[in-house]
Amino acid sequence: MSKRIEIKDLDIYYGKFHAVSGVNMTIQPRSVTAFIGSSGCGKSTVLRSINRMHEVIDGAYSTGAVLLDGVDLYGPGVDPVRVRRQVGMVFQRPNPFPTMSIRENVLAGVRLNNAKVSKSHADEIVERSLQAANLWKEVKDRLERPGSGLSGGQQQRLCIARAIAIAPDVVLMDEPCSALDPISTLAIEDLIHQLKEDYTVVIVTHNMQQAARVSDQTAFFNLRAQGEPGQLVEVASTEKIFHNPDQKATEDYITGRFG
Amino acid sequence: MPASLPSLHVPVNPLTAGQLPRFTQPALLVVSVVIIAALSSLVGLGHPATIAAGGALLFLVASFLLSAEVEGVRRAKDRLAAHLVTGAFLLALTPLVSLAWETLSKGLARFDFRFFAHSMRNVIGEGGGAAHAIWGTLIITGMATLFSVPIGLLSAIYLVEYGGRHRLASAIRFFVDVMTGIPSIVAGLFAYTLFSLFLGPGTKVGVAGAVALTILMIPTVVRSTEEMLRLVPGELREASYALGVPKWRTILRVVLPTSLAGIITGVVLAIARIIGETAPLLVTAGITSSLNANPFSEPMATLPVFVYYQYVTPGIPQDPYIARAWAGALTLILIVMLLNLVGRLIAWKFAPKPGR
Repeated sequence: MSKRIEIKDLDIYYGKFHAVSGVNMTIQPRSVTAFIGSSGCGKSTVLRSINRMHEVIDGAYSTGAVLLDGVDLYGPGVDPVRVRRQVGMVFQRPNPFPTMSIRENVLAGVRLNNAKVSKSHADEIVERSLQAANLWKEVKDRLERPGSGLSGGQQQRLCIARAIAIAPDVVLMDEPCSALDPISTLAIEDLIHQLKEDYTVVIVTHNMQQAARVSDQTAFFNLRAQGEPGQLVEVASTEKIFHNPDQKATEDYITGRFG
Repeated sequence: MPASLPSLHVPVNPLTAGQLPRFTQPALLVVSVVIIAALSSLVGLGHPATIAAGGALLFLVASFLLSAEVEGVRRAKDRLAAHLVTGAFLLALTPLVSLAWETLSKGLARFDFRFFAHSMRNVIGEGGGAAHAIWGTLIITGMATLFSVPIGLLSAIYLVEYGGRHRLASAIRFFVDVMTGIPSIVAGLFAYTLFSLFLGPGTKVGVAGAVALTILMIPTVVRSTEEMLRLVPGELREASYALGVPKWRTILRVVLPTSLAGIITGVVLAIARIIGETAPLLVTAGITSSLNANPFSEPMATLPVFVYYQYVTPGIPQDPYIARAWAGALTLILIVMLLNLVGRLIAWKFAPKPGR
């Protein structure tokens, strides 16, 4: 279920714009890695490069390699669609499909990929995914209601259930709590702790306490200077990054003496 | 001691301003109209329209001056703007109400069973009906919809999902805009020429009319569908891609269902726009007095053309012909209204359900 991610010499471009340069890191399976750094330094871009979602934007391309248990996601002939079935993603704003019920939303990944599933198997997927997303108790009596009727925090957990329903190896989260209140945030953070037992989790966050709370490993991204591409400054255990970072830039950012 | 005496003076709230009582405005309007009516009867000009226009104008000025005096200039300007907006609305409503009233009052005379059950076959003078024209309109419009919706829908999908800023997409967008402005008679002549080339000169068949209407309908369908597809948030597409769903299936299963309500509304409006076209059908489908349900041979009557011929070539006595023309017009309006209702019903059924 869970796989190791290795990023090697990754450079990402949007057309002529060089967004990120020279990223190297390894992400262990069954762990949570947090990407921190100021806005516009490319951490979301790196995150999206792990399931090739950055390519949705016209003109985006990258050089270097991203390996999933040794398999290069950017190798010749690799179909991004297949990559995304193994690397799930949760976005900043909850985005359940408005035309679908809660149940259909969870099954969206399975159904949209045209897999034929029996009713009992579908029921099982729905229950298992919603249980895993800590949402089952709240919605089990209204599975046929539209997903857009849930609260923001519930919608985000529904999106997480939708992402894990297709049994990916990796779950990427792009600021999953930035649109949520503290209680919903807590629910999601608890969930991240549980997810790590089965998945490799990578999360982008602007909230440093959150990074400290949920992650095993933290990567700090920064712009060398305005107009230069973003870069990975330092990656180490969360403990080390928050207490004894190697780089001064990391310490400045963590302690708020940034910019 | 005097300082501790309760003051008799009621403190003035500095936030208050003068206010006109509620009845002032209607009263002012009545007075204005009466004054203008009296004046024009003195001069000997008494048309109700001029009295209404003059009364409204006097009311605008009087209300502004009075309000400015009592309530201040800002309030007066607010009232003036509100009156102008209301006036524009009433002005726009007048022809609509008048049209509906006129068509109803004159069309109801022949709006009977016979009108819907009979064609004009062997009918001279009284009697007869528009069954052949109603069928013709339904068949030709239905065919035009069948032709134009797939073309328009697929073009819009290309423009929004694949075209981007590609040169072909810009070209298509430009030519769709040009097509929107094609005079309907030109579309009719095009279809007429096309069918003359293949089936011999002077051919008048229902399908030619459908082709002419298709040309008029495509740009409307493309534009409205394009707008609706653009309204679908990119987040939904991303959510679908991130689940490993290929692009084509994302469009089919996520984008189209989300925008279906709007697309249907657009198609219904496009149908409403072309169902009343007369000129292109006049030259392509022609007119006949009997029921012809085969769009591939022989001329086919349609409601607008039926109305036109009943009106311009009445027999003697004229009255039954004119009455049939009005009943035809009424039928046409009712068909469009019915279409709108059905469209709304479908749109409501498919619309993304609101929360909770």
